[in-house]
Amino acid sequence: MRYLPLTTDDRAQMLGVIGAAGIDDLFVDVPAAARLNGPVDLPAFASELAVERSLSALAAKNRPAGAGPFFCGAGAYRHHVPASVDHIIQRSEFLTSYTPYQPEIAQGTLQVLFEFQSQVAALTGLPVANASMYDGSTACAEAVLMAHRVTKRRKAVLSGGLHPHYAETAWTLAHSAGVATTRLPAAVNNEAAVIEAIDADTACVVVQTPNVFGQVTDVTAIAEAAHAAGALLIVVTTETVSYGLLKTPGEMGADIAVAEGQSIGNGLNFGGPYVGLFACRESLLRQIPGRLCGETVDAQGRRGFVLTLSTREQHIRRDKATSNICTNSGLCALAFTIHMSLLGGTGLKRLAQVNHAKARKLKAALAAVPGVEVLTGAFFNEFAVRLPKDAAAVVERLAAKDILAGVPYSRLAPKAGFDDVLLVCATETTLDEDITALAGALKAEISQ
Amino acid sequence: MTMQTVGRPTRPEIPADAANDAPAPSDAARGLAQYEPLIFELGGWDKTGVDFAPQDLAEAADLSDLAGLIRAEPLALPGLSEPETLRHYVRLSQKNHAIDLALYPLGSCTMKHNPRLNEKMARLAGFIDIHPLQPVSTVQGALELMDQLAHWLKTLTGMPAVALSPKAGAHGELCGLLAIRAAHEARGDGRKTVLVPTSAHGTNPATAAQAGYAVREIAQTADGRVDLSDLAAKLGPDVAAVMVTNPNTCGLFEREVMEIARLTHEAGAYFYCDGANFNAIVGRVRPGDLGVDAMHINLHKTFSTPHGGGGPGAGPVVLSAALAPFAPKPWVVAAGDGFALIEEARDEAAGALGRLCAFHGQMGMYVRALTYMMSHGSDGLRQVAEDAVLNANYIKARLSVAMTTPFPDGPCMHEALFDDAWLEGTGVTTLDFAKAMIDVGFHPMTMYFPLVVHGAMLIEPTETESKAELDRFCDALLTLAAAAKAGDAERFRGAPFHAPLRRLDETLAARKPRLRWTAEG
Amino acid sequence: MRFTKDHEWVEVVGDIATVGITSYAAQQLGDVVFVDLPSAGKAVKAGEELAVVESVKAASDVYAPVSGEVVEANSEVAETPETVNAMPESSGWFVKLKLSDPAEVEALMDRTAYEAFLSTL
Repeated sequence: MRYLPLTTDDRAQMLGVIGAAGIDDLFVDVPAAARLNGPVDLPAFASELAVERSLSALAAKNRPAGAGPFFCGAGAYRHHVPASVDHIIQRSEFLTSYTPYQPEIAQGTLQVLFEFQSQVAALTGLPVANASMYDGSTACAEAVLMAHRVTKRRKAVLSGGLHPHYAETAWTLAHSAGVATTRLPAAVNNEAAVIEAIDADTACVVVQTPNVFGQVTDVTAIAEAAHAAGALLIVVTTETVSYGLLKTPGEMGADIAVAEGQSIGNGLNFGGPYVGLFACRESLLRQIPGRLCGETVDAQGRRGFVLTLSTREQHIRRDKATSNICTNSGLCALAFTIHMSLLGGTGLKRLAQVNHAKARKLKAALAAVPGVEVLTGAFFNEFAVRLPKDAAAVVERLAAKDILAGVPYSRLAPKAGFDDVLLVCATETTLDEDITALAGALKAEISQ
Repeated sequence: MTMQTVGRPTRPEIPADAANDAPAPSDAARGLAQYEPLIFELGGWDKTGVDFAPQDLAEAADLSDLAGLIRAEPLALPGLSEPETLRHYVRLSQKNHAIDLALYPLGSCTMKHNPRLNEKMARLAGFIDIHPLQPVSTVQGALELMDQLAHWLKTLTGMPAVALSPKAGAHGELCGLLAIRAAHEARGDGRKTVLVPTSAHGTNPATAAQAGYAVREIAQTADGRVDLSDLAAKLGPDVAAVMVTNPNTCGLFEREVMEIARLTHEAGAYFYCDGANFNAIVGRVRPGDLGVDAMHINLHKTFSTPHGGGGPGAGPVVLSAALAPFAPKPWVVAAGDGFALIEEARDEAAGALGRLCAFHGQMGMYVRALTYMMSHGSDGLRQVAEDAVLNANYIKARLSVAMTTPFPDGPCMHEALFDDAWLEGTGVTTLDFAKAMIDVGFHPMTMYFPLVVHGAMLIEPTETESKAELDRFCDALLTLAAAAKAGDAERFRGAPFHAPLRRLDETLAARKPRLRWTAEG
Repeated sequence: MRFTKDHEWVEVVGDIATVGITSYAAQQLGDVVFVDLPSAGKAVKAGEELAVVESVKAASDVYAPVSGEVVEANSEVAETPETVNAMPESSGWFVKLKLSDPAEVEALMDRTAYEAFLSTL
């Protein structure tokens, strides 16, 4: 067996040193009734070649995004990841190391986390960022719990532009903590309804921009209304590339910003693993969930980095921890940091501009299709269109023509009454001929 | 006040020899060890290492669809060319310990070899480049893979159902407890307490609290197991669940686990098993045969997906028939000659827990874990558990001549636990001893955990170490132990001497938090 | 000055009780890095959680030794937590309480009794 170094002789010798007659002697504490006498009913060991064949056969049954026209967004985005990113994250010292609890021999990981936190702070326009969460949706749910801890209030207002999966994830965690969620009806523009819903019991308001319909929103007025009522504003962003151009959550008055960081450095991966970004105002520092990396010095005065403020965390605070989170998304955060270091502010702005330009082309092409109505006003790289037909059915038929046309809103929220709404997205990877193909196929489909 | 005083280091003592030491260069290379500043100190303020097609850029000037919501200040982040970027991160990587360098004996963390085939498979375009919301007709291979993974996990654990979506072990714990809570609530039963042994990992009480429960601790017996009489006394109509790690955090199998399950069920509660240590028993014991109702499996431990400096993980939860209806969405079902993805609950019970995260969980980790399982097969996985337990007992046998163990009787499972009784009077603490291991090329073992053992040192070698490496490790620790007992405390108190940095001042970091780079310094 | 078995101290002047943690506790905790204090106006009963004190390695709850209403929290320990290590039984005090039941103070240990208690630990 290629992953097991012990030989039969080794095992016999070692049992001798232990003083055991056989391996079964080491499992004597297992109740006799529960001991398995032989392998369970699963296939036996397989060679590397055989396993590679099996997995490749499964992979071949999927249609990769890069294999043809592709317009899906809605929380996960296809971007080009530079080759050097994947090379570096596969270095043994990053791939096969543990959480940096021994800082003397983990400065590599720790300095990366410090750079990651610094980048996230700059991107969100907020001064404090943690060392990553599982993904954007769980970061959002943790932000709601944090607002409850800070304000001691038990109500969260969720905008109708919030990604339905995020709203459901927030409900799950808030519900178990005794925090009620008021989820506003789905709508492209939400500002007035959100402000209306804020009251004296509100712990936080959760607003997404660009929202799930792609609408870019100035949340400044919502921030003012929330603060006037003593509530916190949580701003959610699922497309991190938008930070390259748009007004930051910090500039608009957010108390907490959370985001899905997958767009930078990480592949689509069918939904995970991704990397959650989490940033907040300085005064909320002690209530932040997850790991934090901080700067310090060693015994000889040299700069170094350590995990810090860990008394907030489960391994010390146990049932009074700010969160139960232990594992973060370290390697995805590393990929994010490397890609961001290649881009820099200059590159991210260019990337964002190219994304926006591609989406403008897509919008022009789709708006020209008879029967298609563009619902989103201001947008970044995705927007919603209304079709004269059921969007899910159209997507299915276009998929049969090898065009992945986007995400029907009903896929995210079947009962929202938006069955004719399609969410489409374009990025720097979108080709002009893909846009032409989609518009043509959509025209043919609608006119049938 | 509560007096928790065991724990991790505070401020480094400046060692006696520091004055004689040539001042360590803080900004220069030493041999192959390169000094590396932060990216913010490398000067790439107006550069970028990513090129765009000139035509794409030429078309990208019109921002009229953004409604004027443009960043006020330009984004102040440096960009580096590819050669600068590679050098920066390769230099940083060389300041890390890694499994691929040497044995990494962190108890309860399971630092085993990460097969590279897993990485190769996860990067196939058909897995890494598929969108979670593509039409299911275009991702049939992905759904089939999830179905196969579920089959392997259910068969290995002897449990009828599995929820795949939790993103890490603690997330899996939350999934299990929320399913338990939903099951109680469906009967109108509002139980409020979860029982957790004192030796439990911190995520257990933290998760119970996050799921809205009060936590009560269960005492431990002198031989390191759950105290059944204390458990029986604390079980009652208000107890929703009992959370027990098995094998437990002392590295011991809970001999009375079936009795724990029986008592728990008799009291109307559910039995949650923390499966962090499943790697010790995979293929030899099925938790379903022990009476478990829910158990998470850390794919990044038992099934070798890489730890990556702290994540990502994956924490699927196997569920008993009683809890299966309360699993979170989504899940995969066979449909016709293909597979369907159920993203909306069909009835109220299934909707009770809701959704734990966007999309369908850690697909990239599923690919790696299934690759690993198929490589080993049912016979190989059984051998994995046997070798992991053999290696731990070998270490226990070899080190027991110099170090003391709190539970000397009987075998341990996949990890060997020592205390600090043998260090008494030497002036060397568990922390000092662990830091001295760095100087001889090993990562320290888990320290001061479990909390129930004084000065705990928890060593988990895993099955992927050769006998030669185990012997090298034991020889090194025995040499260090002899030095400690011979009175050479200086070697320990200032350790490590040969790492990229000496001990770090954690007090300073916590008192004056500096969590990001700023231009002001 | 009076003491509890949980290592809090209390000193009463008039109807105002000053509360802190003992030298023994401060030394056991190691370097204190953060103290979370209640706001003025908060009412507490004896034995309830009053404050949280964090060292690098642990976070500990501090209980109210007596009942009353918080009239002042020590901003000095909030800003420079090292004061708790340096002068735990003077400048490192945590809060001042307006006593609601002065008789509770009498039930606590005096220094001799507390020191005797410490010698049993």
